[in-house]
Amino acid sequence: MYAFEIERPGTIADAVKALQSDGAQALGGGQTLIPTLKARLAAPDVLVSLSAIGEMQGVCLSDDGALCIGAATTHATVARDAAAHFAGLAHLASHIGDPAVRNRGTIGGSLANNDPAACYPAAVLGTGAVIITNTRQIAADDYFQGMFTTALDEGEVITEVRFPIPQKSHYMKFVQPASRFALVGVFVAKYADGVRVAVTGASEEGVFRWHEAEAALSADFSPKALDALSVDADGMIGDLHGTPAYRAHLVKVMTGRAVTAAT
Amino acid sequence: MASVAMVVNGKSITREVEGHTLLVDFLRDDLRLTGTHVGCDTSQCGACVVHVNGQSVKACAMFAIEADGADVATIEGQANKDGSLNVIQQAFQDHHGLQCGFCTPGMVMTAAALLKENPKPTEAEVRSYLEGNICRCTGYHNIVKAIMAASGQDVTAIAAE
Repeated sequence: MYAFEIERPGTIADAVKALQSDGAQALGGGQTLIPTLKARLAAPDVLVSLSAIGEMQGVCLSDDGALCIGAATTHATVARDAAAHFAGLAHLASHIGDPAVRNRGTIGGSLANNDPAACYPAAVLGTGAVIITNTRQIAADDYFQGMFTTALDEGEVITEVRFPIPQKSHYMKFVQPASRFALVGVFVAKYADGVRVAVTGASEEGVFRWHEAEAALSADFSPKALDALSVDADGMIGDLHGTPAYRAHLVKVMTGRAVTAAT
Repeated sequence: MASVAMVVNGKSITREVEGHTLLVDFLRDDLRLTGTHVGCDTSQCGACVVHVNGQSVKACAMFAIEADGADVATIEGQANKDGSLNVIQQAFQDHHGLQCGFCTPGMVMTAAALLKENPKPTEAEVRSYLEGNICRCTGYHNIVKAIMAASGQDVTAIAAE
């Protein structure tokens, strides 16, 4: 590991201050960033670890019934503490990576990185969650701006994510077996005023909403409602794990399975 | 340099470390606890799994400074007080759950975390929990069998292959 400084502030205010310095980078659970540093794909001068900030930890219900998750909360904690309130999200968290990764990786880290095959972006976009930072609130529809690109400004820190709890939801992931990332993952959420469908792992543009499926499922929340739809392979990721056409096909299959499994 | 204090296998230690020191390098190089192995060094293989505050983590994907104040357990602290193998270690020996042994410290630590969470796992649950631990010798069969045996379940139906 090359030489750099690490700071470990105990409050959001101190973390924001530490991130003002040149070449500073926030460190969540490090499950992506630390291997990235080893590969020299990133070389910050200062890492600001967010793991000691108590006010960024934990899962709770807000007064208006939303599920609030501190950005430094690990996947394992979400899997355990969200289960009674929002089973679809707890299920998603319990299938990220492997057990040791889930004990370190955080929701804020996943969202700030916005890997095109990460799981959490599908839940955030698929529920229309709100991303809260040290300066503002960002709607999910405005937050994701393409592969590894988000609405976050330099030095801005995600502090919390607020999920409107759906009536029914599920996340269905077709796992790339070596990495445990989603080859294609689909989050389906049914609300009183309609259905949202978000897809990760498939598109060159990162996570996206499948609007045609949302309309069809809002009219009839059953896998049959998808029969007449198809997904365009144009713009889908093609690599050694699957062609664009294969991924496009998987989007529809995984969406149908998510609808069937939704509780 | 920064000062870190933690409890490792029940013993309090304080050391000066560079900020970028990984927990696994701290354990191996500073504390000379070389039972925790570095396999891939990219958090894939699980040879470096230790417990931090009772939770399994990959020590190659965490900085030593982040374990400041924590309770850390490594393979060196797993044996019984009289030095005999604990139930998981003994089961790995009895069921031939290792060949070269390089992955074994991580396998044992992951198994210990699993059995704490889920004292009587099914075979499928064991296999799923081992997703982040790679073994290139055994084909996993006897590792799974050893963990099932360590949980007190009858493994005679799991044929030796």
